[in-house]
Amino acid sequence: MSGAPQGEWPLYEVFVRGKRGLNHVHVGSLHAADDRMAVHNARDVYTRRNEGVSIWVVRADAITASSPDEKDPLFAPAGDKVYRHPTFYDIPDDVPHM
Amino acid sequence: MTTAPAQAEEASFEATLARHDRIEPRDWMPERYRATLVRQIAQHAHSEIIGMQPEGAWITRAPSLRRKAILLAKVQDEAGHGLYLYSACETLGVSRQELTEKLIEGKQKYSSIFNYPTLSYADVGTIGWLVDGAAICNQVPLCRTSYGPYGRAMIRVCKEESFHQRQGFELLATMMRGTDAQRAMVQESVDRFWWPALMMFGPPDADSSHTAQSMAWGIKRDTNDELRQKFVDMTVPQARALGVTLPDPDLVWNDEKGGHDFTQPDWAEFRDVVSGSGPCNAQRVAHRRRAHEDGAWVREAASAFARRQQQEPQQQEAVS
Repeated sequence: MSGAPQGEWPLYEVFVRGKRGLNHVHVGSLHAADDRMAVHNARDVYTRRNEGVSIWVVRADAITASSPDEKDPLFAPAGDKVYRHPTFYDIPDDVPHM
Repeated sequence: MTTAPAQAEEASFEATLARHDRIEPRDWMPERYRATLVRQIAQHAHSEIIGMQPEGAWITRAPSLRRKAILLAKVQDEAGHGLYLYSACETLGVSRQELTEKLIEGKQKYSSIFNYPTLSYADVGTIGWLVDGAAICNQVPLCRTSYGPYGRAMIRVCKEESFHQRQGFELLATMMRGTDAQRAMVQESVDRFWWPALMMFGPPDADSSHTAQSMAWGIKRDTNDELRQKFVDMTVPQARALGVTLPDPDLVWNDEKGGHDFTQPDWAEFRDVVSGSGPCNAQRVAHRRRAHEDGAWVREAASAFARRQQQEPQQQEAVS
């Protein structure tokens, strides 16, 4: 997230809620001078065809992300815990509603 | 000298490609993969932005409010497509400012098609039908490109591009139902744009310096010649439906290969236009430069306003 030249507007990440009942989903990014302009630009760039009912914008430099190097320590421990999934358990076919 | 960790990173990159998984911005990638993507995505983004000019020229002269609204929406879409693609390109560590400067200094290219003029209103329809049709052929396979942000941008672009092609076809079909003069205008426009449209897929595979490596990396999914063939086969029945003649007397169906035979465009002309000697190269870049420079005060004013908004609450606190 570094390397923005002097004078360039900051980078914002844009999240759009497609319709009521759904999460905001990341759709892309844009540059804007301030938060309000970021919302307006997001409206023009990412919702020209009713793609959303709500927009979040977040300055990219405010996001903390996991690093690709941490992939194993973060996510590998879930790999061998198959008992967390319902299909791990054998239930007789004739037991209803399970 | 390749060190062991570097080898592990390269192996992980290759394994991701082999699984047809996507490479994401913070993954390790070979420098040449990154450079190839920057070149291709930047060129693609610049094409969208420069591509606003030939059609934008007709907005004030569109023959009805309906046509004007459509053309405005279309040109606005091109701006949007440019912005999706610039964003994707920036995830590779280049700045927007650098990309803009390279375009107006002529250090990065854009599609040769936009260096041809739009001489009549029929050109608006022909660009939608043929130029956007060719762009769709190029872009649909790019939705599956190996670099995640590029693929996601292409999915958005492709969804919107279909409107562009259909409005162009409909415009031409309307003119073809009009007067003899209107039909002649459409035919003249198609005659001019057919060859440059064929050039949009790039040089023949035998002369394409980037294709093999780009395909190995999964950046490109089809060769230039494959896509050109697909475009011709797709376009012939559409031309028939419109009632226009494609200006190639040797364009015939070849049963054996299951596709059309057709004449190659003039590749010497293509090289001239790419290297800067097309009819509108200087005009297109000068226009983009002027727009960028004329907009400098707006960018500065917005930055100054944002700075003041940030400072003001603190000043108020200090006073009270």
